[in-house]
Amino acid sequence: MKNEIISVEGLTFEYPDTAVLKDVSFKLYKGDFLGIIGANGAGKSTLIKLILGLLPCEKGSITLFGSEFSKVRSRIGYVSQKANSFNTEFPATVREVVRANLFSSKGLFRPFGKEDDKRVDEALELVGMREYKNKLIGSLSGGQQQRVFIARALVSRPELLLMDEPTVGIDAASVNEIMAIIQKLNHGGMTIIMTNHDTPALLKVSNKLLIFCEHGYEEFVDRAELSLERISDILAGKRVHRHE
Amino acid sequence: MNNIFSYDFMIKAFAAAILIAIAAPCIGLPIVLKRFSAIGDATSHSALGGIAFGLLIGINPIVGAVLFSIAAVLSIEALRKKFGKYSEIASVVVMSAGIGLTAVLSGFIKNGSSNINSFMFGSIVAISDFELILTLLLCALVAGVTFLLYKEIFAITFDEEAAALSGIPAKLINFILMLLTAITVSVASRIVGALMISSLLVIPTATAMLISKSYRSTLILSILFAELFTVSGLFISYYLNLRPGGTIVLIGTAVLVITALVHKRK
Repeated sequence: MKNEIISVEGLTFEYPDTAVLKDVSFKLYKGDFLGIIGANGAGKSTLIKLILGLLPCEKGSITLFGSEFSKVRSRIGYVSQKANSFNTEFPATVREVVRANLFSSKGLFRPFGKEDDKRVDEALELVGMREYKNKLIGSLSGGQQQRVFIARALVSRPELLLMDEPTVGIDAASVNEIMAIIQKLNHGGMTIIMTNHDTPALLKVSNKLLIFCEHGYEEFVDRAELSLERISDILAGKRVHRHE
Repeated sequence: MNNIFSYDFMIKAFAAAILIAIAAPCIGLPIVLKRFSAIGDATSHSALGGIAFGLLIGINPIVGAVLFSIAAVLSIEALRKKFGKYSEIASVVVMSAGIGLTAVLSGFIKNGSSNINSFMFGSIVAISDFELILTLLLCALVAGVTFLLYKEIFAITFDEEAAALSGIPAKLINFILMLLTAITVSVASRIVGALMISSLLVIPTATAMLISKSYRSTLILSILFAELFTVSGLFISYYLNLRPGGTIVLIGTAVLVITALVHKRK
């Protein structure tokens, strides 16, 4: 029996005067990699925010691990778009930044201990940044900083990782390194949802795809159906959509 | 001139200065890092209104300052939401209201200008036993909260959205920080002066940020700098017959400028 991680049913969301998501439904199982493609404002980030409870789910439902987000938050990791535009003058070490995401396993008032430092080391090892743990986060390159933010998401040992444009503003070499790290995590059994403007890169790593276009969205579940040409046609409005 | 420690009032002044130099940076660090430094000025000007109110109705002025400062930080939070991306307007509006209120209320107080003056520029050498105990309680409260909520305060200061997602009650922690800011400003207005307390919130932190290697070291260094500024300020003001509050702030500013000039950018 497949291990269901997330189920989205009939999700609709509107900003004032603008419908962003219309009746979106999909399911992901353990080890799935969902890539989300679409133009700016098409609803990619909105979907991520709805899953994380950062926006209210007004119509439709989102079920994570058979429950709601607040009850399973420690099983979910998140790398945001703005990780690329944080305050680089902030006086914090790599270790302090990563450790901050261990709250869900500690609770209020309990200070960090040696076991937490061990988990930080493990997370940094996964992204190849352990040797930088005592460096100031602002002193690192954009690619290194993003790897630290991925480690921050991984430190709570999530089963589902959501990533919103994790490679924006990063040099090509670092993008390849980051995508390789993410693919390795996925091969290790982690379920991943990623929005990305880099369609070829996303196509290479994902086994499912959501394409948001002007009149609705197209959902692909079979890797064999995924081709750059077909995706370009859909984004350009040349194909009939499965979902409208 | 007699030995500085032969006077009881100077011993009390040093005790108060050492305590406030622990509390102020604990609040100052998250405020500065959240780019919310202006709240110190806004709150301190509102505290002056509370001091005037306290003097007018005959209650301890610090109690009036605490009440008005709490009202000020709550007003700033409410106004910030209204102005969205222009949220810094909120601090200026509340500061203006505080100045206006102080000006009006001081007109009704006997010897109003001299009384208000001692709170504007501080009168650390004239603090009472009650005020020293109040300062001790403030220091214990602020240091205790900073220690107990250390990881939560760091998390919401660095990335409030990620902190909230990990389950940290970000709004509650922010509210606690705002309340502590109000109380710290009110109590410290007696010591370094309401017009100068925001300097003690910001300057030690700003100086520490220039040379620190982590969040933890920034906090420790900012407390050490605050101790340096206040203790040396008291010594210098005593022997050169200067006003202590102003001397403390000027020493802090000088150390900040020198540190900025000599340090290599990280």
